[in-house]
Amino acid sequence: MPADWFPKSVEMLRFLPEVILTVTGTLLMVVEPVAGRRWSKMYGHITILGLAAALAAAVIAYQTPGPAFSGMLMADGFAAFFRVLVIGVGILTVLASYRYLEREGVDTGEYYALILFSVTGQCVMVTASDLIMIFIGLEISSIATYVLAGYLRDDKRANEASLKYFLLGSFATAFLLYGIAWIYGLTGSTNLAAIRGVLSSRDIAPSAMLVGFSTALLFVGLGFKVSSAPFQIWAPDVYQGSPTPVTAFMSAGPKAAAFAVFLRIFMTAFEPMGSGWEPLVWLSALLSMTIGNFAALTQSNIKRLLAYSSIAHAGYVLVAIAARSQTGTAAAMFYLAAYALMNIGAFAVVAHLSGKGERFVSVDDFAGLAARQPFTAALLSIFLLSLIGVPLTGGFFGKFYIFRAALQSNLVWLTVLGLLNSAVAAYYYLRILVMMYMREPSEAATNAEPLHAGMKLALVLPAVGTFVLGIFPSLILEFAGKSAVLNH
Amino acid sequence: MTLLNIVLALPAAGFCAILFVPRNKPQMVRTLALGIALVTFVLSIGLATGLRSDVSGPQFATDIVWIPSPEIHYHVGIDGLSLWLALLSTLLTPICILLSWRSIDVSVKEFYALLLLLEFGLIGVFASLDLFLFYAFWEISLVPMYFLIGIWGHERRIYAAVKFFLYTMAGSVLMLGAIIYLYNRAGTFNYTTILEMFSSGKLAFSSSEEMLLFLAFFLAFAIKVPLFPLHTWLPDAHVEAPTAGSVMLASVMLKMGTYGLVRYCLPMFPEASRRCAPWIVVLAIIGIIYGALVAMVQPNMKKLVAYSSVSHLGFVVLGIFSFTQLGLDGAVYQMLNHGISTGALFILVGFLYERRHSLEIADYGGVASAAPWLATVFLITTLASIGLPMLNNFVGEYLVLQGAAQANFKWSVFAAIGVILSACYMLWLYQRVFYGDTPEPVASHVYDLNRREWAVIVPLVVMMLWMGIYTLSFLPPVTRTNAAILNQFKINERFHVKLPPERDVAEVAHAR
Repeated sequence: MPADWFPKSVEMLRFLPEVILTVTGTLLMVVEPVAGRRWSKMYGHITILGLAAALAAAVIAYQTPGPAFSGMLMADGFAAFFRVLVIGVGILTVLASYRYLEREGVDTGEYYALILFSVTGQCVMVTASDLIMIFIGLEISSIATYVLAGYLRDDKRANEASLKYFLLGSFATAFLLYGIAWIYGLTGSTNLAAIRGVLSSRDIAPSAMLVGFSTALLFVGLGFKVSSAPFQIWAPDVYQGSPTPVTAFMSAGPKAAAFAVFLRIFMTAFEPMGSGWEPLVWLSALLSMTIGNFAALTQSNIKRLLAYSSIAHAGYVLVAIAARSQTGTAAAMFYLAAYALMNIGAFAVVAHLSGKGERFVSVDDFAGLAARQPFTAALLSIFLLSLIGVPLTGGFFGKFYIFRAALQSNLVWLTVLGLLNSAVAAYYYLRILVMMYMREPSEAATNAEPLHAGMKLALVLPAVGTFVLGIFPSLILEFAGKSAVLNH
Repeated sequence: MTLLNIVLALPAAGFCAILFVPRNKPQMVRTLALGIALVTFVLSIGLATGLRSDVSGPQFATDIVWIPSPEIHYHVGIDGLSLWLALLSTLLTPICILLSWRSIDVSVKEFYALLLLLEFGLIGVFASLDLFLFYAFWEISLVPMYFLIGIWGHERRIYAAVKFFLYTMAGSVLMLGAIIYLYNRAGTFNYTTILEMFSSGKLAFSSSEEMLLFLAFFLAFAIKVPLFPLHTWLPDAHVEAPTAGSVMLASVMLKMGTYGLVRYCLPMFPEASRRCAPWIVVLAIIGIIYGALVAMVQPNMKKLVAYSSVSHLGFVVLGIFSFTQLGLDGAVYQMLNHGISTGALFILVGFLYERRHSLEIADYGGVASAAPWLATVFLITTLASIGLPMLNNFVGEYLVLQGAAQANFKWSVFAAIGVILSACYMLWLYQRVFYGDTPEPVASHVYDLNRREWAVIVPLVVMMLWMGIYTLSFLPPVTRTNAAILNQFKINERFHVKLPPERDVAEVAHAR
């Protein structure tokens, strides 16, 4: 038996967040059947504790950056950034879920365990530097999310959402796996750095056409996960049918993790042949922005509206990726952080207002919210203004930074079209503002319950974060810029 | 901490303070807002008195790093061009607060908070010397106005508010693109540094590049001005906005567009400005005549005043693109005049609306007998608006026409038609509303100005007279800044003043 049969302790440290998350999740699964519903209040608290510990562990892991498990994982700044992001998303989701689950009468430990497992998967995804590891992380995250989407098992829509998400998701995963197999066949490795080495060497580089084909396969798989056009069809239905806190979670965490994988694969392994895949990303970015924004214009269901908006925002991130530069990567990272905050915030307000059985999820139900609950309305306004991209919010600075990166890489047309798109988008966000501030109170606004403590936190934290990112962006920006170097 | 920073920070602080006042104390909100706005105004007078005449660059300047990378500075300063526009904002805000004292009774707290936020945004737009900061303030000022129109406006307020927001947004996103492009090339957002780089040749664009950048900026400004045919948002926004909103919109927000043309388009893209000038002037003249003709047939008073704004702002654009010292001075002076006199018109129309609850001209008649003082003040404002000598608009219009005539005589011939038409529609309006028989609803509802209303309108009437009679209080710093801008042009050169020492400027201005 070799001496290093067990990973070195520093490697375990680099893997600590995932360990903590898995242990907490498993603990919940074990405790729940024993303790039953008596402790149902406690499960959420335990989850938050676990997530907070994992957050701390992610920060600690960054103190000794480096690879782990024979190069399967790479706990660098990039990983630390996204780990903190997805764990943060997990915490906000749990905070927004307390009252929702209580109201629907489904406050079980399993829900929280599934969130924990999904976050675990996302942490693995963002840390992985090997295609196999990426695939495993993606599956852990996805399967937990499929179940979460159908968590309200007596609800027809939730069932439809879950099934749709599962079928289409596994189909897309198959593409991804097929692509991985091709890459392995062509380059003899699944390690991103090794693939990069083969692709950039002049003598042993495989045929560009075959590599291009396998890149396209990976692009399809990842395009599905980030809900970018033309692989976005599932998103509106799934977002609408899933329980709202889960929608909030899906639109932020798994999406950010999938983008992290996107960036890592395309900016590490396939970076040498960037001019080949850039048109693909260019086109997908434009399609996502345009389809997302124009389809959102006519939506009457707020969850669908936000679903289309999230497709459009995926398009903005793709603009940053199409820039193929370190600034572009940093811009994408910054934008994903800003987007996660504002989107979770917006969905949390929807969860708050929707009432039992999600009766109130139409845009009209927001009518007069400002008169009944000025504080909630003000918070939602902050998120919406950030989604529009008004200065002093994270959303604005994110967009600014993305388009700056795009112009640096001479993507003038994409920038112009993207900017015009963001003007179109203003219309549907304004509709919600109009409803809240300029109409008479609706039934939903009149009967809205007071803000639950957890929900209040789930709204105030992202709002503060949105302003911090908008007014003092350098706090995050510097870190993102520093850790955007992916091909070490 | 310079005076300018305090003037800029006070409204923002006031906005935050009002958010923490309990909802059930509207009177406290009003008093607090008025107090802050008045203090801001008094302090801002210090900017005018403290502006040194021997320095041509920005004064009261602060330049500190806000975001290190990309390098964005909090860089503000005031020069002759921005000084009076900033003062116009600080003057009109307390007036608008006082004006809404009784008429705004729902969501009082939000109303005054947004009004102060608007003031913050407007002063910021005029004071910014960093392109990013300028854009940030430009967009920030959009949000409170959107809510002011949408929440406290009239019947079709929502349509108007959304239209206003989308028009402005559509224009300004392209400007953002141009600003980023400039930054990528110049490596800085600093306005003065960029200008230096242009003049030293360190930063140069090909002529098509320059044209596209110019157009991106120009479109944003032209929508805001609004230049014909981009003006269609304006009548809606003006008519539907509450009085305070109309006043701020007409008096100050429209000037953001013309200010931007003078501050950014001309100095940064002189070549493209020159190439586009004939086209822009044609649009401006069409706007002057079209606006006046449409104003003439309006049955609604607010709409009439709104279209008259299109016409007046056409003069400003004409003056700017004549590239002559007189034209440019007149344009800047006309921005201020329009702010004062059209602001006053909106206020007076608002007074009538508060009494009779109608904006239709047909619902009025014989108001002069029911409210003689109101009629007198309205008359002075009307005469100011149509450019009677000794009142403010005359000076601006005269300078613009003179400047335009120097550049191309035909331009001023056509533009002068607008002056005649403005007399037609304004006097006709006055006749229909204030003279003739007094119908019963007017006689029973319309009362004369009360003390609060006197306090609102007197400062503006004083300004009309002051600016019409003693131009020298206002023009010298404007002339100085404009001369610096025009020095970059090689066209209409014989009409330019070559940055003379201070005494000469006074003489030049005096000679007019």
